[in-house]
Amino acid sequence: MEYVWPYANEMDREEQLFADVLVLGGGMAGCYAAIAAARRGKQVILVEKGATVRSGAAGSGFDHWESACTNPCSKVTAEEIANAYIHEQDGYSNGIAHYIECEEGWHRLKDMEAFGGKIRDTEGEFAGADFRDEKTGLLFAYDYENKFTIRVWGSTFKPALYKELQRQGVTVCDRTEATALLVKEEEGKKRGIGALGMDVHTGKFKIFTARTTVLAMSRPARVWLFDADQVGLCEFRPTQSIGSGHAMGYRAGMEFTMMEKSVQGEFSAAGRSFPPYSTGNNHNTWYAATMVDARGVEIPYVDRDGRELKTVRERYYPAKGQKFFLKGGVIDNPKYEYRGPETLAFDELMRRGYQLPFYADLSKMPEEERRVIWGMMVGEEGKTKIPVLQNLTRRGFDPVRHRLQSYGTGWQSAAFLPQERQLFGAPGGIFHDWNLETNIAGIYAAGDQLYASDCCGFAAATGYYAGRKAAASCGRYTLETPEREEILREKERLYAPLFVEEGMDWRELNKAIAKAMQNYCGGVKNDMLLRQGLELLDSYETDFVPRLACRNPHELMRTHEVLDILTVSRLILQACLLRKSSSAPLCFARSDYPETDPTKDDCFITIWQEAGEIRSRRVPKDYYGDVKSGYEAHNQDYREEAASYEKG
Amino acid sequence: MKKVEFTAAPVSSSVMPIVFDSSLCVGCGRCASVCQVDILLPDAGKGNHPLVMYPGECYYCGSCVMACPVEGAIRLRHPLMNQTRFVEIEK
Repeated sequence: MEYVWPYANEMDREEQLFADVLVLGGGMAGCYAAIAAARRGKQVILVEKGATVRSGAAGSGFDHWESACTNPCSKVTAEEIANAYIHEQDGYSNGIAHYIECEEGWHRLKDMEAFGGKIRDTEGEFAGADFRDEKTGLLFAYDYENKFTIRVWGSTFKPALYKELQRQGVTVCDRTEATALLVKEEEGKKRGIGALGMDVHTGKFKIFTARTTVLAMSRPARVWLFDADQVGLCEFRPTQSIGSGHAMGYRAGMEFTMMEKSVQGEFSAAGRSFPPYSTGNNHNTWYAATMVDARGVEIPYVDRDGRELKTVRERYYPAKGQKFFLKGGVIDNPKYEYRGPETLAFDELMRRGYQLPFYADLSKMPEEERRVIWGMMVGEEGKTKIPVLQNLTRRGFDPVRHRLQSYGTGWQSAAFLPQERQLFGAPGGIFHDWNLETNIAGIYAAGDQLYASDCCGFAAATGYYAGRKAAASCGRYTLETPEREEILREKERLYAPLFVEEGMDWRELNKAIAKAMQNYCGGVKNDMLLRQGLELLDSYETDFVPRLACRNPHELMRTHEVLDILTVSRLILQACLLRKSSSAPLCFARSDYPETDPTKDDCFITIWQEAGEIRSRRVPKDYYGDVKSGYEAHNQDYREEAASYEKG
Repeated sequence: MKKVEFTAAPVSSSVMPIVFDSSLCVGCGRCASVCQVDILLPDAGKGNHPLVMYPGECYYCGSCVMACPVEGAIRLRHPLMNQTRFVEIEK
């Protein structure tokens, strides 16, 4: 049965909008960027493909804010934690962005509280708990000694941000996909002058002209993993967050790094794994849940020296002689120096006779630890309040009476094949300087678009920072009129699938790309495979992209996404070709260059396009210098604002 | 740009993530307006619940349920294969 399209048909219309600062993407990073610029008196437009009030990976919530090192209870400095992350990732880390996260994350939480978000236990719900600071009401996760990760009520955050955007007079263009960056050449240097896009309800074409631009459009997905039947469960992040910002940037000549890094899959609830945090486990949201085996025998936690911990409380404190430990988003199997309490390794458990399946058994934990995991963390983490907490409760699950099953051998409740890969665990992204400015003048980047990004605090802190830098440089630039020819070219590209009859559905192409990437850019790579992969994707571009067909702006948006996935896949293959050695921290294995992490390649390798050619350069891993002094040198203008956040 | 008529038809999926209770739904459309994946289309009839036009694209975030003013008017459910098993703790 066919339905009449419920929205107006405006595909013959154009709208031109002007801004001082244009923000592309309305997730955590984009909202904070827009607020920072609006606070500085700038005219701001925010472009969001979904609905800003609940969009982005943190749209429906998130439960813990990492690296808030400047909060009043913290016993660590921003410098200590930022440097620990850099060291933990063998230098393939984003020192600039991590330092910003560590230094300013707490400021963004204070902002959130002022906007109406809930960041502390104001009702005394957890009064007396070991993880609660009685003076401030802040709740901490992981390391209760050092108190730099804060448990938060993230389901209140996006509506609060949305309200603040409106209060600040930001023009929010919801249901609008950004599809291309507008770039101008001036004295041999590229400069951003705006962006193009389309209303995904009406098909209206939009031209955004701006002095400066912030890119905050998440990271690529559905590159290796695709399920045509359950598209929305293929990956961890939202269905529509597939790396369009990366694709636009790459097409415009933007410089990327670490795009050769991908990891064996961790989450794909369309197949191997379960929805994140919906099974028994002891990571992130569930840290440090008590785990038991099939017989109900408790699985021991050990410290970094293998010493068995006797109490639940000890799971939240550093080992003897250890200053702090790291846990969270990108920390999987940390170096000894940063390793926190963990359950015994699986192999050792098998040796000792523990039996599968394992379960999380919260009944064995102190009451407030049980309640904070099941009820607060599972509830406030994205995608858990309704689909996990409410649904399991309806099915009769009671954490005092029941154990929740874990599947397989690890916390992900899944075992992926080596070729089933994802951009996860601090993947590659846009290369930038201390202003978070890209190689295209006037275009800044934030959140998951930055290389080696991780969590929500990272997105918020870098978003705000990029917004204030974009506002500060506004005065240097005038508003430019984009070339009419460029606009017409983009319109032709965007609307083409509406004119194709009896064509190919976008799912078929996405599936083909994912299979190609599994075959030619899998667990083990070599030049021959990578080149053949590129040839195959080129043939998809020439022979099959023109056959794509759709019936309305929603399907057109999905079709555009696959075109972006195709662009990003080529970027990844080209980036893989540039690194002629294998690398452990980059999860990068080559059969033709098996030497692992040789000194000659101990650097960032960047990639960008120029005049149809692939360009690259090598940049030392510590190009940003000492993080603390680098930050201070670039942020004297923020000192006064920073001081206003330093109390309680 | 020449205009093309827009049409839509539900895209089939093996799962139906969202189910409405027509007797409870007041047709306010809040669920459709917060859905970041835009899988719901408003129905022309006044007071009707939106149509789940693209069920396979659902991201199972639950924002539609959180936005709903009537308890039980909209239900979100994970596919059968993703229903985690739990067991009674023997005393």
